[in-house]
Amino acid sequence: MRQGWSRLSQWLRRGGIVVVAAGMMGVLGGAGLYTAQHAEALSYLSNDPKACANCHIMREVYDGWQKASHHHVAVCVDCHLPHDFIGKYLTKVEHGWNHSRAFTMQDFHEPIQIGRRSAAVVEHNCVQCHQGLIGGVLQAQTAFQDAHAGFRSAGDGSFGCVHCHRGVGHGE
Amino acid sequence: MARRWIWVSAVVAVFALLGTIGILVLLNNINTRKAEARETVFRVADITEDTTDPEVWGKNFPLQYDSYKRTVDTVRTRYGGSEAIQRLDQDPRLRVLWNGYPFAVDFREDRGHAYMLVDQRETERVKQFKQPGACLNCHASVVTAFREAGVKAGIPKDDAHFMEAIFKGFEEINKMPYAEATQLVEHPVSCIDCHDPKTMSIRVTRPAFINGIRALAKSDDPVPHLPSLERWRQGDRKKEYDPNTDATRQEMRSMVCGQCHVEYHFAPPDKTLTFPWHNGLKVEQIEQHYKDVNWKDWTHKDSGADVLKAQHPEFEMWSQGIHARSGVACADCHMPYQRVGAVKVSNHHVRSPMLNVAQACQTCHNYPEEEIKARVETIQGRTKKLMDSAEDAVVDLIRAIQAAQAAGASDEALKKARELQRSAQWRTDYVNAENSLGFHAPQEAARILGEAIDFARQGQLEAVKAQQAAKPATQR
Repeated sequence: MRQGWSRLSQWLRRGGIVVVAAGMMGVLGGAGLYTAQHAEALSYLSNDPKACANCHIMREVYDGWQKASHHHVAVCVDCHLPHDFIGKYLTKVEHGWNHSRAFTMQDFHEPIQIGRRSAAVVEHNCVQCHQGLIGGVLQAQTAFQDAHAGFRSAGDGSFGCVHCHRGVGHGE
Repeated sequence: MARRWIWVSAVVAVFALLGTIGILVLLNNINTRKAEARETVFRVADITEDTTDPEVWGKNFPLQYDSYKRTVDTVRTRYGGSEAIQRLDQDPRLRVLWNGYPFAVDFREDRGHAYMLVDQRETERVKQFKQPGACLNCHASVVTAFREAGVKAGIPKDDAHFMEAIFKGFEEINKMPYAEATQLVEHPVSCIDCHDPKTMSIRVTRPAFINGIRALAKSDDPVPHLPSLERWRQGDRKKEYDPNTDATRQEMRSMVCGQCHVEYHFAPPDKTLTFPWHNGLKVEQIEQHYKDVNWKDWTHKDSGADVLKAQHPEFEMWSQGIHARSGVACADCHMPYQRVGAVKVSNHHVRSPMLNVAQACQTCHNYPEEEIKARVETIQGRTKKLMDSAEDAVVDLIRAIQAAQAAGASDEALKKARELQRSAQWRTDYVNAENSLGFHAPQEAARILGEAIDFARQGQLEAVKAQQAAKPATQR
């Protein structure tokens, strides 16, 4: 027995440890890839709303969106992610991290509430699509903000479009 | 082999070991979430129309049952709560207002649903006074008891005669003495009272409510918050309105509560539990109905006025408010949906929304919890102030009538003052007995209390006039 141990440690010292470490890295990589596939990780690179509803916490939002007025013109990412390539994927990373962490730990506020930065993204996207329609409003935005200072949307502390138009994305 | 390589490899091995453990933990967590997402109901127990015990239902619906059991909790809110404190000691004016009526003897803060039956059995209002079996309508799971009493009285025990048997048993049990009737029940409100055991859909089982809502349907009081009643009114009216077939699911989520959280009286000769909605749901329409049927709850011991006692008119008050008008049902705030794993369930821990602001309010109102609470307390604080003024005014009126009686004023001379006491006291009590301190319909509550103060002070003037007239000329 003792002889066996000393031969093993000898083998390890002679370079066997590299083989062991490589093997363990292989196990790690395999487990990681399998878990990523099992969690449908690649689906999150798509724009498919179904991917967002992988987490059952989003089920009601997804159901609501199917009945909402923007259903035919916008999917989740059209409102919830910036439209430029870099901003889009950076925000995807940020949301992905936040959502996975929250859903794993189960420590989020219910009903779920949009964060400040995300609310700003939504607001920006409203403006991007509806610019022609609301140019006048935008010019008056500062006065408009002051006039409605008493209202606070949960997001960036200002008076956002969805404060009044709340049903457009997720339905009533 | 260089030592460095050995070290590097050892570190890599440890990293891989810990990383693999972490990933497997994550994999396990993902599997748990995925398993949660598969909603399943296991039929463990057979549930029929005879299954009164909620524990048996709980075997099939453990999530609902868990929260249902929590109605034993006793918590205080800013203006209400569920600890059985003696309210008469908190507000001694009530002893004056209710003098000559059992409520002046014992009036404790109501506790949660779980206590409805035990608390009724031990209140002095039942122990010291004769009460009828009609009380059990709302203090027990009484569907099966009604049905069995109906079957005993000769109605066949089959599905076709289900409602008929309940109606018959309702008649039988109403007029029984309470002590005898209470032996027919053993649980507080339970699953079967609101749910159909076959389909699990919510249903109305109380004859008093069915009679009441039919009377309301036939009235011409606008009920925009109950669209199915409006639709029935426009129809040919060949069939009576039936909540179990005509009402929408959202309406039912208020109507099941409206079977008990209402104003009522025991109509003679058989102590028939009756909801006074024949003219409409508003405070003066109910008052008018009591006048039409010549009803009084008792004759006031100090003033001799024939007065009314209001009982928790939540359904009526909510009907006047903005939430009802917006299509919000009782259950939306008092039994809000909660997520348990992936399953969405109505929280069966029926309680004040102030103890559960996030789920009760924030689904619609995107404001911080503290802000929402502050808004509610503002409304309740204002109502409380008005209610204090109204109670003071009615007490003053009672004292003024007493003084006039002592001076020898006749019943004829005091008729007007006593009528005004009835109206003022009815309105004060209506808001006092309504469990929301004005929140269910803030402006309506304020209007009612404003009228109460006005009537009470008018009555005081009448009583003073009667007193003056009664005095011999020399003393004037």
